[in-house]
Amino acid sequence: MKVLTGSAAIAEAVRMCKPKVISAYPITPQTIIVEELADMVANGKLDAEFVNVESEHSALSLVLGAESTGVRTFTATASQGLALMYEIMYVVSGMRIPIVMAVANRALSAPLNIWNDQQDSIGARDSGWIQLYCESAQEAHDTIPQAYKVAEKLGVPAMVCIDGFFLSHTHEPVELMDEAKVDEFLPAYSPETLLDPKKPMSLGCYATPEYYMDFRKQQHDAMSDAMEELQSVNKEFQKKFGRAYGNGLIEKHNIGKDTRHVIVTLGSLAGTVKEFLRDNNDIGLLRVKSFRPFPNETLREELKGAAAVAVLEKDVSVGNHGALYTELKSALQGTDVTVSGFVVGLGGRDVRLEDLSEISKKLKDGKEHKEWLGYE
Amino acid sequence: MSEGLFTQGHTACAGCGMVLALRHVMKAAQDVAGKNVIVVNGTSCSEIISSQYPRTAWECPYIHGAFENAAAIASGIESALKAKGDEKTKVLSISGDGGTFDIGLQALSGALERGHNITFVCLDNEAYMNTGVQRSGATPYGAWTTTSPAGRKSIGNPVKKKPLAEIVAAHGIPYVATASMAYPQDLQERIRKAVKTQPSFVHVYSACPIGWKFDVSDTINVAKLAIDTGIWAQFEIENGVFRRTMKPKGTPVGEYLKLQKRFGHLDETHIKQIQSDIDLTHRIMEKREDSCE
Repeated sequence: MKVLTGSAAIAEAVRMCKPKVISAYPITPQTIIVEELADMVANGKLDAEFVNVESEHSALSLVLGAESTGVRTFTATASQGLALMYEIMYVVSGMRIPIVMAVANRALSAPLNIWNDQQDSIGARDSGWIQLYCESAQEAHDTIPQAYKVAEKLGVPAMVCIDGFFLSHTHEPVELMDEAKVDEFLPAYSPETLLDPKKPMSLGCYATPEYYMDFRKQQHDAMSDAMEELQSVNKEFQKKFGRAYGNGLIEKHNIGKDTRHVIVTLGSLAGTVKEFLRDNNDIGLLRVKSFRPFPNETLREELKGAAAVAVLEKDVSVGNHGALYTELKSALQGTDVTVSGFVVGLGGRDVRLEDLSEISKKLKDGKEHKEWLGYE
Repeated sequence: MSEGLFTQGHTACAGCGMVLALRHVMKAAQDVAGKNVIVVNGTSCSEIISSQYPRTAWECPYIHGAFENAAAIASGIESALKAKGDEKTKVLSISGDGGTFDIGLQALSGALERGHNITFVCLDNEAYMNTGVQRSGATPYGAWTTTSPAGRKSIGNPVKKKPLAEIVAAHGIPYVATASMAYPQDLQERIRKAVKTQPSFVHVYSACPIGWKFDVSDTINVAKLAIDTGIWAQFEIENGVFRRTMKPKGTPVGEYLKLQKRFGHLDETHIKQIQSDIDLTHRIMEKREDSCE
């Protein structure tokens, strides 16, 4: 058991997954992840090429090149960096390259803000990447090898998201995985599609209307397969390491047969909700771990019996509402559940127990609420 | 059936100078590295004409990612080969002028300063030809393009061509050269040297009949005149030592300009200006050569 920041927990897990090429560009609050990895490489604890590039766009491009050459890679970013990678995220997923990336969720400029919200990765939800949101440093550590395993099996890249500062910079107890077990859990990366003079192939073609949509559909189907795979690796991880996170897609807390009111959220905010529920234990919590693929059926199954559900999220699609709210409401279409959505915590604004009190009242008043909380 | 790394059946225009250059680039790369060549291609004419699904003209491993990041992708491939202990596979990063001078400059500069063993090739047709002849940083002074059209209030492209080979050489890499499809043997020699001495950069003049508006049968002639007039300088910079690989014949630049309708609007004053710039450039190059001896 060690006391580690979420960043260090991720770096340790990445080290155990033995990537051969790591490339990143610095941005708060991701910096510690890559600094830890740079140190490991410099001291021979990790045998890899560590490449300091001149922008995030190049960081993702570089690992795309490396992964296409048949080696496991890693990169990490946040906020502006993720935004700068946007173009290449679609290239990576479209080319079915199983890159794993850590995102230390941070608000997007403008105004400039280094603190936590989830707009950066949520804003990239259409880009064809698996998106897994972690509640704790332990979960971040454990999710890394699972992300590699699913990504490499299906040819779908994956991002592992941790809340900036709340997880990236905060120390928590972490049980490190046993390295030999990681080797058993995650086999060596050995793709059939790669750049190899012994078997020449052309990657990243130009596809006319006659072909493009078929590639997209294949990609979409692979992402759907990830729904099963994520559950399966979660079970396998539990068998091997003794830890699981719900069913791998969602995690329930204090939800019983009689629970009628549920708060739904992403990431470390679940911790705050759990704190609130200690004195309000007639309310349950459902944490969405996998935002992509979006677990429509699971959510419908788990929540269809509730009277009301309140989504708390740190993102907003300006001109509509939060993404989790919008997608959950769609998943619960045709049920009798009252779905409310609360936009909270943007730009690192604290989500307080008083806010949760207000939300719990609104959760129980039988009305649909579509609001922002905690703003002036 | 071609035994080369780049084969026939691609969809380049009749008279395309770029694809002629490309074929010689790949022949030269194969001379040095055999089949052990990986090509990264930025979005460009070369990419579009060679890799339309479900066909490919590439008989070596090939990857296209995006427009501006060929050098970064190539850096990743090179890093992976290093990590795998592969010392014999050579990486080539091939982009057009737009993807090198403009949007690709950052990735190129980063790759150069990191010292990756890559040969960067710029196939320069002096505009964004793939998208329909828009102005790039490689467009010469006075040239018509769709976004720098000549008109009552415009002389066409109002600024000089970015001196890219110089910018690359300033990064201190061991080999930089210019070449032209007008002289394929020389081009092959530059590429062979480049592939043997990485990191390296070869800037290749690629005449474009469609964008420059000359007859498709005139490609080689136009290209030769570029060198004869000196508007295109043939040189190499090997470990900082500058040497012209071919010298201009002193042909007046007007002979070159008049063949291409993209310069058709220029008057005597403009042509004089262009001529005097060329004369100055070559006087400086002579002095530079002398000081390098």
